[in-house]
Amino acid sequence: MVVTARVATAQIDVQDWSVWYGAVPALRAVNLDIRPREILGIIGPAQSGKTSFLQSLNRMTELVPAFRCAGRITLDGKDLYRDFDSQDVRYRIGMVFALPLPLPLSIRENVTYGPRLRGERTRTRLEELTERSLRAASLWEEAKDRLDRPAMTLSGGQQQRLCIARTLAMEPEIVLFDEPCSGLDPISTAKVEDTMVQLKSRYTIVLVTNNTKQAARVSDRVAFFLMGELVELDRTDVIFTAPRDPRTNDYVTGRVG
Amino acid sequence: MERRFDEELKHLKERLVGMAGMAEQSIGRAIKALVDRQAALAQAVIQDDVAINQLEVEIEDTCLGLLARYQPEAKDLRFIAMIFKIVNDLERVGDQAVNVSERTLDLLKEPLLKPLIDIPKMAVLAQQMLKDALDAFVNQDAELARAICRRDDEVDHLNDQVYHELLVYMTQDPKTITRAVDLILIGRHLERIADHATNIAEDVYYLVRGHTIKHRLAGE
Repeated sequence: MVVTARVATAQIDVQDWSVWYGAVPALRAVNLDIRPREILGIIGPAQSGKTSFLQSLNRMTELVPAFRCAGRITLDGKDLYRDFDSQDVRYRIGMVFALPLPLPLSIRENVTYGPRLRGERTRTRLEELTERSLRAASLWEEAKDRLDRPAMTLSGGQQQRLCIARTLAMEPEIVLFDEPCSGLDPISTAKVEDTMVQLKSRYTIVLVTNNTKQAARVSDRVAFFLMGELVELDRTDVIFTAPRDPRTNDYVTGRVG
Repeated sequence: MERRFDEELKHLKERLVGMAGMAEQSIGRAIKALVDRQAALAQAVIQDDVAINQLEVEIEDTCLGLLARYQPEAKDLRFIAMIFKIVNDLERVGDQAVNVSERTLDLLKEPLLKPLIDIPKMAVLAQQMLKDALDAFVNQDAELARAICRRDDEVDHLNDQVYHELLVYMTQDPKTITRAVDLILIGRHLERIADHATNIAEDVYYLVRGHTIKHRLAGE
């Protein structure tokens, strides 16, 4: 039996958000909103602040020494940094990293690792979570007959979808993707992209990518960051046909960055 | 170092400008053949149109290849998409010059119906609109492009005038009907050329500014 997961309704508002690492500014007074069940693409060259922005959303920036911030990020009106425990934030806002990093465990154990850590022991519940998460990550059909085999036997693209399933098993509302296809071939990339688009019906997605074409293919809206500043945020078709800011035009046409 | 893509775009632009020059010349020659009653020149316009048609196909092929290989974005994307449309308009301009020439060959079988005044005027206007539209393209001049769109009314007005004047000839003497119809059609072909120039100007405006002015001028 597969119980339908809840549907994300959370709204994130970022207000005048600045980040420094020591004296080095990484983000300068960023303002934007993240809407429920959209895919927000974040693009920009190296040192533009896109990863700092993404990591600000689940308080991973805090783990960096000499991190300082100003401004506010709210989740449904509540301050992400004052009104929540950082662990709870990371439950609600999951992250998928650039390199697939399966744990040296079976496929099943990879998916149930997080829920077990959180205290989930009921077997039927864990089984249900496994199937639902693998289905949502478009890996169920390929993995259902080998759930107890090592995760390392999966291909790179399958491993990345396993990492997505592992994140989804924590039942987040918002999933952050940090360059999720950087090491993948075009077919695996297409599968991960299709998965992201399918996830949109239930989850809110923020995607950081160096591949502007990927942002063009999957995002609903795209934010362009440059030197810690949010230069432009608009509908994807606008950003890739007629962006307002010449710096956005130069970046998406490959003339800078 | 110039990017290879930029070099290819530059080359594409040069080919388009070359094609536009040919289309513009076709109009000039077609009208000269009519005014000077030169059948050989009218024939040449018809024959030379093949080269314009050929260029349309070649430029479209190049555009498709660039889209497939580079997947351009933003202004580069608008540039290629607009060239796609502009070559189509230029090809139609060439066809209209051929139509004018065919009517001219017909007219040359009979003596001149009346001195030609408004039709050469229309031709000069349409040709100038086309030339300016291409200048706007080359210089990325949105304001010039917008101004061209407004000049279309002048050509339309002259076309109406030609039509009504020739209507009088036809009602008074049925022997003039064949020639009058030919001249009315020539007026119509020139009016269409001005429309194509307007289309190109609208495309140039979109290319430069990123939003369209199509179907809006009347409400301004």
